[in-house]
Amino acid sequence: MARKKTSRAASDTAASTVVVMVLYVTESGPNSARAIANLEAICEEHLKDRYRLEIIDVLEYPRRALADGIVVTPSLAKVSPSPAATVVGNLSDKIEVLRALGIRG
Amino acid sequence: MGTNRPIPQSLPKIATGIQGFDELSHGGLPRSRISLLKGGPGSGKTVFALQSLVNAARERGESGIFVAFEESPRQIIANAGGFDWDLPTLVKNKLFFMDANLSPDIVQSGEFDLRGLLAMLKAKKEEIGARWIVFDGVDVLLTLLQNPKSEMREIYRMRAWLAENELDGAILTAKIDGAGSQIANYGFLQFMVDCVIGFEQRLECGVSLHRVQILKYRGSPFAKGEYPVSFGPGGMEIVPPEPTEIKQVASGERVSVGFDRLDTMLGGGLFRGSSTLITGVPGTSKTTLSGKFAEAACRRGERTLFVSFDEGPERIVRNLMSVGIQLRPYLKSGLLRMYSGRTESVAAEDHLVTLKTLISEHQPRCMVIDPLSAIAKAGGLAAARSVANRFIYTAKDQKITVVVTAINEGNEPETESTDLQISTIADTWIHLSYLIRGGERNRALTIIKSRGTAHSNQVRELTLSDAGPMLADVYTAGGEVLMGTLRWEKEDEERARRLERRTEIDQKRVSLELAEADTRARIKVLEHDLERQRIELAAYSSDDQARIVSSSDREKVLRRIRSADPAGSAGNGGTASVATHRGSNGSAKFGKKNRTESRDGP
Repeated sequence: MARKKTSRAASDTAASTVVVMVLYVTESGPNSARAIANLEAICEEHLKDRYRLEIIDVLEYPRRALADGIVVTPSLAKVSPSPAATVVGNLSDKIEVLRALGIRG
Repeated sequence: MGTNRPIPQSLPKIATGIQGFDELSHGGLPRSRISLLKGGPGSGKTVFALQSLVNAARERGESGIFVAFEESPRQIIANAGGFDWDLPTLVKNKLFFMDANLSPDIVQSGEFDLRGLLAMLKAKKEEIGARWIVFDGVDVLLTLLQNPKSEMREIYRMRAWLAENELDGAILTAKIDGAGSQIANYGFLQFMVDCVIGFEQRLECGVSLHRVQILKYRGSPFAKGEYPVSFGPGGMEIVPPEPTEIKQVASGERVSVGFDRLDTMLGGGLFRGSSTLITGVPGTSKTTLSGKFAEAACRRGERTLFVSFDEGPERIVRNLMSVGIQLRPYLKSGLLRMYSGRTESVAAEDHLVTLKTLISEHQPRCMVIDPLSAIAKAGGLAAARSVANRFIYTAKDQKITVVVTAINEGNEPETESTDLQISTIADTWIHLSYLIRGGERNRALTIIKSRGTAHSNQVRELTLSDAGPMLADVYTAGGEVLMGTLRWEKEDEERARRLERRTEIDQKRVSLELAEADTRARIKVLEHDLERQRIELAAYSSDDQARIVSSSDREKVLRRIRSADPAGSAGNGGTASVATHRGSNGSAKFGKKNRTESRDGP
């Protein structure tokens, strides 16, 4: 219930605001490659130009990931608009991703 | 099949510094290998893992990483606040806690892996030069993978990472209760690691008991079986099996129990470093006796520890004061330390840790535990017995003279043994009981055993007064020891009887003296009589003689006058008359007398 409510609230602002996201991956891993592909597809379809995505290779920047509180890869963090949200996994479940990002599917 | 095979090198190990565990495992955890700690929630896995890390950091200055999958580092640090590890300081420079908690708010979409995590940990490990790593609650992470294949893949990945990163110690903990597990590859996980340690927490009589067991240790011998785990201020402590050899040195020095009479009964007091058990039903003055012992120890200037599982120190001091035992001055001076503990819902093992801590803090030479049997309250009689035994051995090793009390419910000498079965290991066993006789309860003291001592075998009455406990004179009557009023009565009776006997004797003497005097008097009278009769007789004889002489003279004269009969005829007539008289009277004497009288008559 709570999650649905915040999703709706977020979706109201989704039309005008830019969604800022960070995707933590390990470039060499199959799950990471899949996550990048899945996320790009979702953004293309639902956000067009209203998103900013930063992709961080944890193998290269482990300290950054550590500081950001990342545990597993791939992990997608929605930084803004609030509420912040984290999705772990290769983002193959599109509906879950959209819900977490506050985008109406 | 070579004939000169080199003896296999013993597996390199790394000490955990956890008391008892390094003995059980013959040196600690396998170095550069993975150890798995498994067990249900709250069984002590996390404490074990964290304590290993803390010990390595404090004792060897080794850094470590703690990856927390289940609880937040903040929680873990807070939970460890009860131990004297000074974790906050260690966290600043030696230990790194990684919050690997996947919050429930996290949305999962598809598969993930540990590549990123391991990359981060590698970076951190290199940064702080970590020698240890703990993955706490790895089951939580593996369960999130939701796929047995992924689980196995990630377990492999972790193992490869650990091998690659050459850490000294690697511990995984997993919430695995018994055989059941949520991890599909639980069996595989066990197989993959080199050492598996099982932790168990179970409830026995309302008290949680912790146990540890080494289930697997590749390439190393280890102590098999379950061992009790206790938690003290220093953290977890595992109780290793008792050394089979008892190496205490027996002391010949005697220590007073506080009053002479009992010392005498014990052949001069208790041996220094010995253990004494005082048993008895409630109210038989067990505390008083142990208080007296404590007071005597303090008087000698010996550091003393009084542990009570009954009452608070204030109350004990006050109660003992009423029977003339003064502990307060020693308590004030610090010579005496009193500790009162609760026994409900505290595991016996934890009591042992407390006692050991108290001993190491106070360094006593004499110690009292009143009552030791209280630890059996805390569930698990077997555990309590083992704790009682171990406590006594610990005290002996440190040459502490110990007096412990135990409540036993029965009052039969045969069932004097307590639930804890301390009586078999105690050196001296004093039993207090009530003897009910003549409508009174009296306290009786018996020394059931006293090793190496010729002790009194008599039951004595224990009396309490302002001056302290006393052992009353024994009154044996008809093979029974008399006590209380019966003793008083007996004493009175005895006194009365003595008095009576003395009077009787006096009277008898007087009467005998009187009788003697009387007899003497009578003898005197009789002597007088005798004398008189002798005189009379003498007088009579001379008279008779005179008469005979005179009659024969007369006959002569008659014969001479008559000139007829010869002298012989008169004699014949006399003889015939005698015979006649004898026939009628039967007595020659009277006959003779009669004859003389008859002769006298005419």
